[in-house]
Amino acid sequence: MSTIKQKPAAERKKSKSIWTESFRRLLKNKTAVFSACFLILMFLFSFVGPLLSPYGADAMDVTLMKYPPSLFHWLGTDDYGRDVLTRLMTAGQISLTVGLASMVLSLVLGALLGAIAGYYGGIVDSMIMRIADILLSIPSLPLLIIIAALLSEFKVPTDYRIYIVMMMISFVGWPRLARLIRGQILSLREQMYIKAADVLGLSSRRKIFHHLLPNTYPLLIVVATLQTAAGILNESTLSFLGLGVVAPTATWGNMITIANNLIDFQKRPWLWIPPGMAIFLTVVAINVLGDAIRDVLDPKMKGR
Amino acid sequence: MEEPIIRVNHLQTYFYVDSRISRAVDDVSFSIPKGKIVCIVGESGCGKSVTALSLLRLISDPGKILGGEVLFQEQDVLKMNTKDLHNLRGNQISMIFQEPMTSLNPVFTIGRQIVETIVEHTLLDEKQAWKKAVGLIERVDLPRAEQIMTSYPHELSGGMLQRVMIAIALSCDPSLLIADEPTTALDVTIQAQVLDLLKGIRDESDMSILFITHDLGVVAEIADYVIVMYAGKKIEEAPIIDLFQNPRHPYTKGLLKSRPIIGQHQDRLYSIRGQVPDLSELGQNCYFCDRCEECLDICKEKYPPYLSDGSQHNTACWLYEKGELNESASGTN
Amino acid sequence: MSQPLVQINDLKKYFPIKSSFFGKPTGYIKAVDGISLQIEKGEAFGLVGESGSGKSTLGQTILRMHEKTSGQILFDGKDIHTISKKELVHLRTRMQYIFQDPYSSLNPKIRIGDAIGEPLLEHGLATKSDVDDKVGNILTMCGMAPRFMDRYPHEFSGGQRQRIVIARAMALNPDFIVADEPVSSLDVSIQAQIINLFSDLREQRELSYLFISHDLSIVEHLCSRIAIMYLGIIVELATRDELFSNPVHPYTKALLSAVPIPDPTLDRHRIELKGDIPSPEKPPSGCRFHTRCPFAKDICREQVPELRQANEDHQVACHLF
Repeated sequence: MSTIKQKPAAERKKSKSIWTESFRRLLKNKTAVFSACFLILMFLFSFVGPLLSPYGADAMDVTLMKYPPSLFHWLGTDDYGRDVLTRLMTAGQISLTVGLASMVLSLVLGALLGAIAGYYGGIVDSMIMRIADILLSIPSLPLLIIIAALLSEFKVPTDYRIYIVMMMISFVGWPRLARLIRGQILSLREQMYIKAADVLGLSSRRKIFHHLLPNTYPLLIVVATLQTAAGILNESTLSFLGLGVVAPTATWGNMITIANNLIDFQKRPWLWIPPGMAIFLTVVAINVLGDAIRDVLDPKMKGR
Repeated sequence: MEEPIIRVNHLQTYFYVDSRISRAVDDVSFSIPKGKIVCIVGESGCGKSVTALSLLRLISDPGKILGGEVLFQEQDVLKMNTKDLHNLRGNQISMIFQEPMTSLNPVFTIGRQIVETIVEHTLLDEKQAWKKAVGLIERVDLPRAEQIMTSYPHELSGGMLQRVMIAIALSCDPSLLIADEPTTALDVTIQAQVLDLLKGIRDESDMSILFITHDLGVVAEIADYVIVMYAGKKIEEAPIIDLFQNPRHPYTKGLLKSRPIIGQHQDRLYSIRGQVPDLSELGQNCYFCDRCEECLDICKEKYPPYLSDGSQHNTACWLYEKGELNESASGTN
Repeated sequence: MSQPLVQINDLKKYFPIKSSFFGKPTGYIKAVDGISLQIEKGEAFGLVGESGSGKSTLGQTILRMHEKTSGQILFDGKDIHTISKKELVHLRTRMQYIFQDPYSSLNPKIRIGDAIGEPLLEHGLATKSDVDDKVGNILTMCGMAPRFMDRYPHEFSGGQRQRIVIARAMALNPDFIVADEPVSSLDVSIQAQIINLFSDLREQRELSYLFISHDLSIVEHLCSRIAIMYLGIIVELATRDELFSNPVHPYTKALLSAVPIPDPTLDRHRIELKGDIPSPEKPPSGCRFHTRCPFAKDICREQVPELRQANEDHQVACHLF
C-alpha cells in the first residue's frame, strides 16, 4: 500500500480546482481586478506610505498652519501645521484596521452563534435569534451613539477607544450575519450528506466545523467584504461625530470633522476632500469586489 | 419504412463549456414514420435528451446546433423563422418531460393552464376551450375532470400530473409527440398506466411518438423502432423485435444482459465495465472500445462508419464491417 | 435458529401535520403503521413498495434517524430506541445507511479520503498514521483506486460516488446495512456493477442487508426474503422463490405484472390498478388496498386483514386468501 501516499502532482492540483477555478473567473472580471488593485494600493499607501514621508503624523509646524497644497506638502497642512498627506496615511491604518478587525470579530461571532442556533434548534435557537432580533430592530447608528456617549461619560482613555470602537461595531454587525448563517445551516442540515454524518456517528463539533461551516464559506466571504465596508463607514461616522476614535489619533472619519467649520469647508477643501474620497473609494471598491466574488461563487454561474 | 413524419439528417449539437467542446449529439440521423413510436434509448449523457430538444430548437446557451437538418413536412425546422417555429411548437409537435411537477406553474389551476394553451394555438374562445379541455382530461383517463380543472398542481399526484401534461400536449392534435423520460419519475404501476395511455392515443389518432428513455424494459413495452445512442452517436437502430432478438452492437448486448429479469435468476449479473467517456475528451477511436469485450485493433484507431445493409437493422461497429454480420448475429442470444 | 440480528415488533412512526403555530397537530401521516419483521444474520432482506408506502421511513426509523412513535426495535438484542446516547454512537458503527442519491450524500467540500477516514478516526478504529492505508484498502475493495483519496466528490461520476458512499459505510465494518434505493439513480450499465458489489460484499463480510427498492427485479436478484409494503404496512412477506412463483396478494400480483420486461414478444396479462396510492394521512378503512384492488369485496372495506401465515415461508394480509 505504499503507492497510496505517492499521488501524482497533477492530481493534487486538480483537487483544488473549486477555488482555483473561482479565482480564474474572478480575474476575468475587470472591475473586480481594478477594485482589488485599488485596495492593495490603499493598504500600501496606509501602511508603507508613512515610512516614506519626511513628516511625522503628529509633527506640528506652527509656521505652516492651514497651508494649501504645495511641492513640500502635497495635500497642504491642517490647523496645527501637520502634513495632511501623512495624516491621511496613518488615518488609513486605523480605519482599515478597524474595518478588518470588526469584520473578523463579527464574522466569528455571527458564524458561531448562527451555526449553533441553526444546528441545535429549539430553545438555543430561539434565544440566540431573539437577541439578534432585538439588536436588529434597533437602528445601529443611535445604538452606537448611545454606547459611545456612555464611553465618553466613563472617560475611557483614548488609546483604548479604538479597540472599544471595534467591538461596538462588531456588536451591531453580528446579528445580520448570524441570521444568514443560520438560514444556510438550516438548509444544509436537510442535505443528505449531513444525515449521512449522523448515521456515521460523528460528533456535533465535527459536524458543525467540518461539515456545515465549510459549506457556508462562499457566503461568509461575500458577507465579510460587505462587513468590512460597513465597519469602515461606521467607524468614520462615529469618529466624525466625535464619538469614535478621537484626536490626536487620526482616522478618516475624524479628519472630515473639519468640514463642520464653514470657513474650512469653503476655503480649505484639501482638509476634507482627501479623507472623504479615501472613505468613498475604499468602500465602493470593497463592495464591488464583494459583488464580483458573489457572482463567481454563485453555483448558478457554473452553468448548472 | 412508411412515409416519415420527420426526418433528421446529420444533426450536430455541441456544448461549449469553459473552452471545452462537448459533442452531445454528433452526426445523428433518423426518421419517424407516421403513427409509429420510435424510442431513443441510452444512458445519461448519451445525447438522447439533447437530440429531442434539438428537434424543437430548444437548445440554449452554452449549447449550439451546429449542423444538419430537421425536416418536418418538407420544411427545415433549423432554418425556420420565429413565427413559424412558434406555430410548429405546440401546434404540430408537442413535448412532455420527466418532471411533470416542474413543467406546470404552481400558482395557476390546471384548467387555466390547459385553456391558455388551447386559446393560444387555436381560434376557440375561453368557453369552448374549457369544454375542449374537459374532453382532453377525460381522454387521458382521469376521473372527475371538472374537479381536476379547478385544482392546483400540488393537489395532484405525479401520475395524474403526467396525464395532465399529456392532455396539454394533445390539446392541438399534434402529429408528433416528443416524450422525454415521461415515466421515469413514476411508480411502476403508474408507469404501466401511462405507457398504456400513450399507446392508446397513438392507436386512436395515428400520432407519431418519439420516446426517450433509459429503460429497455419500457422500450420493449412501447416501441416500434429503437435507436440506441452512446456518447452522442447513434450506434444501433432496428425494429423492436429485431433489436431484442438480434442485438448487434456490443453495447446493446451488454445493456440487455445487465438487467436482472424476474424469473431468470442468475448468481451474478453481467456488467459492462468502466464508465461512459467524457464527451469533451473523445478521440478518433470507437467511443465504446475501452469498455467493449470484443474490441479489435481497428476499434482503438478509427470510429466505425454507420453501416446499412439494406434492412432496417443498422449498426456502427467494426465487428460487422467484414462480413461477420451473419455469424455474429446468429451467435448471440 | 439463534436470535435474529434485527427484530422489529409492531413499529409505528407517525409524523404530525401542524396547522398553526401553537395548535395541536391536525392529523398524522402514518408512514409506518405497525410493522413486525426479523432480519437474520447474513440475510439480505428486500423491502418493496411504491413512493409513499413508508419504506424509507421504516429504514430510517430502524436506525433511529427518526424517533419511533411506538413499538420496539431490537438490534442484536438491544432496544436501540432506549439505549443511552453513548451506546447509540457505539452501535452506529455496526449499522449503516446508504442513501439513494450519491450526489447529495457526499459533502462537496470534503475530500473522499477524509470522508471515509473521518468516521474511522472518530470511532477510534484507526489512528492518524494508519488511516490512509485503511481507507486505501476499503476503496480497493469497493473497486476504486486508492489514489482517488485526494479528490473531491464533484470529480466523480454517479456510479463512482455510490462506490465511495458504500466504501464509507463499509469502512466501519458494520453488521447491518440499510440500503435505500442505492442504484435507482444510476445508469443501467452502472447499476449492474453496484449490484454485484453488494453481493460480493455480503459474501465477504457476512453482512445483513435491508434492501429498499421499488424495483422488483433488483430485489429478486439480491434478496432471499422480500416484504411488500403498502401504505405503512406489510401486505405480503415471503422468501424469494415463494413470492415470485406464487404471489398471493393482489397488490403483489399487480406490481409483478407492471414491471417492464425487456422482451417485446412477451404477451402479458397485466393487472391494471385503478388510480394512485391514497394519502397516508387518511388510509382507507379495512384493507388499505381495497380502493385500488380489482377483486375487492365488502369485507375488504370493513375489516382489516391480519398478516397470516400462508405456508412456512409465506405471510400475507388479504381476506381473499
